Amino acid sequence: MKKVEINPITRLEGHGKIAIFLDDAGNVDDAFFQTVEFRGYEKFLQGMPIEEVPRTVSTICGVCRAVHFTASMKASDGVYGVTPPSAGRKLRELFFNAHYVEDHAVILYALGFPDFVVGPEASPAVRNVVGLIQAVGADVGKLVLRKRGLAVKIFEMLGGKPNHPVAALPGGWSRRLAESERAQIEEWCKELVELGELTLQVFDDVVLKNPKYMELVTGDMYKVEVGYMGSVDEQGRIAYYDGVQKVIDVDGNPVGSFTGKGYLDFISERVLPWSYLKFPYQKKLGGWDGIKDGPGTNLYAVGPLARFNIASGMDTPKAQAHFERFHATFGAKPVHYILAYHWARAIELLNAAEKCLELSRDPEITSADTWTKPTSCPGEGVGIIEAPRGTLIHHYVTDDKGIVQNANLIVATTHNNGPINLAVKKAARHFIINGNVAEGMLNYVEMAFRPYDLCLACATHAVTGGGTPIEVDIHDHHGHVIRTLRNF
Amino acid sequence: MTYSPNIIGFACQWCTYAGADLAGNLRCKYPPTVKLIKVPCSGRVEPEHVLEALARGADGVLIGGCHYGDCHYKEGNYKTSRRMTVLKKLIEDSGHDPRRFRLEWISGAEGKKFAEVMDEFTKELAELGPNPVKGGN
Amino acid sequence: MAEKIKFAFLLAGGCAGCEMALVDLSEKLVDALEHLEVVFWAPTVADVKYKDLEAMPDGFIDLAFVDGMIRNSENEHMVKVLRAKSKVLVAFGACATLGGIAALGDLHTKAELFDQAYKHTFSTDNPEGVWPQPQCLFEGKYDLTLPSFTSRCATIDQLVDVDYYVGGCPPHHDFVAAAVTAIVTGNLPPKGSWLTSGKAVCDVCKRNPALSDQQRLPVGEVIRTVEGRPDETKCLLQQGYVCFGPVTQGDCNASCLNVNIPCRGCGGPMPGVNDFGARSVTAIASSLKDDATAEKLVNKYNDMAKLVYRYSFSAGTLGKKQRPGSQA
Repeated sequence: MKKVEINPITRLEGHGKIAIFLDDAGNVDDAFFQTVEFRGYEKFLQGMPIEEVPRTVSTICGVCRAVHFTASMKASDGVYGVTPPSAGRKLRELFFNAHYVEDHAVILYALGFPDFVVGPEASPAVRNVVGLIQAVGADVGKLVLRKRGLAVKIFEMLGGKPNHPVAALPGGWSRRLAESERAQIEEWCKELVELGELTLQVFDDVVLKNPKYMELVTGDMYKVEVGYMGSVDEQGRIAYYDGVQKVIDVDGNPVGSFTGKGYLDFISERVLPWSYLKFPYQKKLGGWDGIKDGPGTNLYAVGPLARFNIASGMDTPKAQAHFERFHATFGAKPVHYILAYHWARAIELLNAAEKCLELSRDPEITSADTWTKPTSCPGEGVGIIEAPRGTLIHHYVTDDKGIVQNANLIVATTHNNGPINLAVKKAARHFIINGNVAEGMLNYVEMAFRPYDLCLACATHAVTGGGTPIEVDIHDHHGHVIRTLRNF
Repeated sequence: MTYSPNIIGFACQWCTYAGADLAGNLRCKYPPTVKLIKVPCSGRVEPEHVLEALARGADGVLIGGCHYGDCHYKEGNYKTSRRMTVLKKLIEDSGHDPRRFRLEWISGAEGKKFAEVMDEFTKELAELGPNPVKGGN
Repeated sequence: MAEKIKFAFLLAGGCAGCEMALVDLSEKLVDALEHLEVVFWAPTVADVKYKDLEAMPDGFIDLAFVDGMIRNSENEHMVKVLRAKSKVLVAFGACATLGGIAALGDLHTKAELFDQAYKHTFSTDNPEGVWPQPQCLFEGKYDLTLPSFTSRCATIDQLVDVDYYVGGCPPHHDFVAAAVTAIVTGNLPPKGSWLTSGKAVCDVCKRNPALSDQQRLPVGEVIRTVEGRPDETKCLLQQGYVCFGPVTQGDCNASCLNVNIPCRGCGGPMPGVNDFGARSVTAIASSLKDDATAEKLVNKYNDMAKLVYRYSFSAGTLGKKQRPGSQA
């Protein structure tokens, strides 16, 4: 068999490659998406005070620059048994939504859109953000970058730095907002909403109105049928900072819901020798069954498309209108067309921008009461958020002084490892025929992973800590399980 | 197989170095394992110097200074003590045995004590074995 | 019109945050691109692949940035290739210059890191104890390879010659703009230097006691940020928080201090300091009032290596050596 490698895959965060195996006729026998990096975070977090962890784990990824910070900050609330005061929570949410705007903007304009604006088979020299700016013109390029930059300014004002923020405290936030700052943020948020609307306009003009692209969007070659997981609020609408995790299977039937430590009842992770990234699956749907999609699969995806599949709506008006249009376009739910991730992402950008504006107008946002001081240390906490790329789980166990003993991280892109492999296989089988491995064809294969907005540095942070997990089922004399004991 | 521990000693010129000289004059016996580096004050010794000695394979590192109240520069030895409290833990947290590092107060009149400290330190290091940085690399 | 500078950016073992610092230039990026021709930016931004970089003539690239540390065989190889193809190579950010936070992995052995990831995690299902392999023949027919983990993390200059160093995690985009301008206009210090104002974080911090003509006093207390809200106008070190301001380059304008959080040293060591962690021990411990306070520091913050070497373990005196007991 002949092996063709795309190395490295590009226009994503992190290190990976795709290995494609061709049979004698030059058609694809199989394809593998391999993650090639590994660093070891949860092991070396042991021994650190928990309040130092958010700014430390932030460096797992500099594109997902707020997510590990926020999830671990929420977990640290649990470790100390404190709830942030309302103003503290709102500051965190404003900060986090600002991150959504700037992050989704980078993924769309710099990483995803070039395939559509410049063209999937264009020369690699121009098929990138530089080529995109040349195609749309410097003025539009500057406008988009400037407005996105305002989200980064909000992030910096609240978080301390424009990247790898530091203002986390278990129980709240380390600074308050002055009224002058709030007024400035409010003005900036209006422009963020404009950025959201502009982005959807671009998507509409470039993709939705282009029949050739719509063939790709609704085609089988970019369709992956798996289950989905995401976070919703009490009204079933998409929630980013805090909510309940909802899981559905490939047909849209509910598998269950969980918060906090309940994740352990749902998710198992398999190890394969050819990737540093593990393969999660929904254990309530059965044991590890290989990388397959379609009926009966226990693989699942997270991220914007997943959230659109599990939620009944969005919590801001402009985004809600787009959400409805999205589902009307595709009809059946769940939507399995992966290029739709980009559309969902653009709508989430608008949603987050509207939320930022709403929060900036909340009178409580300038309150001085941003922190609840801990008085004891129960020593365990789980923080779950919806990162732009999907569900992120941080689980810490500390001693009674808040020094980390154990850490467990399950990261967005990790959940998507199985689906990404499926997407890459399908696209490879469709586009590489009779030995045609021209650069443009290989790019069509890469376009299969880009909608998932990969963050492989996040996914392979690494080594999850902890002793040997033991679960004991006690059966009665009829063979029924009457009690289950576990040490995790 | 026995080995002879290689000890680097930073000795303050006013006290410990004089004490080492006195040990010689008194013909006190102690193993020839320490290489002394004379410093104007124990406070001159940077944590980095100690780490450098360990990194280069010293089996043990010693800092010798004046007793509290006797420092020629009044406060040098106090600062040494605070720094080395933190350094000792740093050495341990970096994966090295903290027993390879000692801070001792030895005056110019304590020649016998100098010899005793060297003897004791050498024996302890002989039991600990050579610095792992050397072996297995 | 002057010829554009051929520019490359390689992500080694890091998080790409330093590359985002360039994107954060926002509109200024469009202006910068008038002078820069991006010939390679992988894996993050451009589709030029490793084989394309290898095919470039030596010295083809005018200016190359590397972010991230050396953590695996792929990083090792690609950094060497980039050095050969570039006239000027800049180690960009805390990881490339000092090792970064992930270098703390070197405080454990490779076996410990791998076993925990792939065997002992709460949610891991690995009955046969499989580890990712540098090479495997999967299902008997698919020959798949992975880069291997190096025995220790390394800074870029521990592998190749580095022309300039830029600190920060990541460097603030205002500082990046100034650095890029300096490079483009040729207004640079001697090769091998850090690009920095040379001022400590304390020098640019609004809380510096000197600004109100106050003296620094010996500190008799050690506090963690979770224990109380600091006085917004006073120096954090003076209040008992561990802050590495005195030893750290302040090109960030004391960002963290502005939100009441102490400095952890991401900006890089002050000029003349070789071992950031060791020098921090001096700076902080010397400012404490007595032995009892030093004991408090050790007890409260627990792991001193993970505190003082947060960003700089690979560049530190002990970090440069393999950890005792590590596999070669």
